[in-house]
Amino acid sequence: MGTKGSGLGQVEVVEPKTLWFAPISYPAPASSGKTGLWRTERPVVHLDKCIKCLFCWLYCPEDTILRREDDYVYVDYEYCKGCGICAEVCPTHAIEMVPEVVGEGQ
Amino acid sequence: MTKRALTGNHAVAEAAKLARVKVVAAYPITPQTTIVERLAEMIEKGELEAKMIRVESEHSAMAATLGAAAAGARAFTATSSHGLLYMHEVLWWTAGARIPVVMAVVARAIGPPWNIHVEHSDVMDQRDTGWIISIAQENQEAFDLTLQAFRISEDPRVYLPMIVSLDGFILSHTVAPVDVPPQEDVDAWLPPRRQPYMITPESNVVMGNIANDDEYYMMRFSIQTAMQAAKKVIDEVDVEFGKAFGRRYGGLVECYLCDDADYVMLLAGSWAGDAKKAAEQLREEGIRAGVARVRFIRPWPEEFIRERLVNVKGVIVFDRSISFGSYGQLFTDTAATLYGQTSLRGVIAGLGGVDVKPEDFASEVRDFVSKVEERGRVYEPRRWLLPKKYSKLAEEVVA
Repeated sequence: MGTKGSGLGQVEVVEPKTLWFAPISYPAPASSGKTGLWRTERPVVHLDKCIKCLFCWLYCPEDTILRREDDYVYVDYEYCKGCGICAEVCPTHAIEMVPEVVGEGQ
Repeated sequence: MTKRALTGNHAVAEAAKLARVKVVAAYPITPQTTIVERLAEMIEKGELEAKMIRVESEHSAMAATLGAAAAGARAFTATSSHGLLYMHEVLWWTAGARIPVVMAVVARAIGPPWNIHVEHSDVMDQRDTGWIISIAQENQEAFDLTLQAFRISEDPRVYLPMIVSLDGFILSHTVAPVDVPPQEDVDAWLPPRRQPYMITPESNVVMGNIANDDEYYMMRFSIQTAMQAAKKVIDEVDVEFGKAFGRRYGGLVECYLCDDADYVMLLAGSWAGDAKKAAEQLREEGIRAGVARVRFIRPWPEEFIRERLVNVKGVIVFDRSISFGSYGQLFTDTAATLYGQTSLRGVIAGLGGVDVKPEDFASEVRDFVSKVEERGRVYEPRRWLLPKKYSKLAEEVVA
């Protein structure tokens, strides 16, 4: 059968030698800058209510809920956009969304 | 050499098999269905080692084909008409991804009203997507183009997906002799798959992420430069294919009796055979007619048209489709390329499978010739070959 008869078949990655702009990217920290600046509300973890279920750590879409060795969590505020999913999924309401800026009249 | 009696669809399926496609993702639609039906049979019998992905729509068919191809598999799909329109968005994704993919399009009219016969509106609708688009005249050419498509699409100078279009029923369901080369000859001719990047479980490549406007613009520019490069690659592949299998077509355009022609019929697809018969008849009558059969509508053969058609007395473009409110699509491109340097007529004909006979082509040319000789320069962008029983009615409407 040879290599052609199995799996994907023979395939070689060859980059073009000509002008080339590929629509691909490689994930890296801060590729969109300090996204924590986008935040209007910050998640604050109240450890007294935390039961270490790690739902917040699992559900965070940006990998900004960080896990300590003892399985308590803390937040990477440099990149957390403040979406609030962690507070939403927390079964004991241990995460509170606190406004970053309080405007006039509030 | 083994000549086999094959329908256009079965010829395409044989070519995909000989190219050793690894993934076929498809959804049935008339008149395409028998292509993927035959491929499914081949896989089921163990003649073709490939994965058939049955999907719930053509949009998913192309998405699965693109996914498999991005992961490194030689992937293939086929569709027609409404299926192709439903797939349209993912055609942009595929060309934009610069991932080689080959698709057969069996050209068919678009409803409503429901019509399953040949028309080029479906394939013409894809001309701005960044796909290379070829249109075959006969079954053998549909077979040859399918094999060539893998080589063209996977060439690092190109890296664009390619459509092989064949006319519904006239080719797809009509049996004709097709020379099917042995597997070892195809293996020797078709190099292993190449692609610009691969998305695998181990890689961390993201495709389709948001890009800055400048980079987006440059990606569009680089698709156009790849289209330009594809013209050379298509010519090279035509020559190499000829050396290996003994058939050459002339690259982007097949020129029939057009070397010394005064009047050239420009068109694409199976009805070129009827136009060629008309050209022969016209020559017997003393009109030096020829046929420029456009084999590739993308990349558009602008060099050929500029070099070969600027100095003829007149060009008649036959479109089997129309951009409503404008012209036939081939006419638009031809007019843009000729920029008024010769007499030009556009004819919309054969929509919904309406038969166009050699005599219909010949009488259009005779009429055109007499007008050019009478008036000098003629520019008639949109004429209709209406069905005879309605022609009088339509004349009244236009008047």
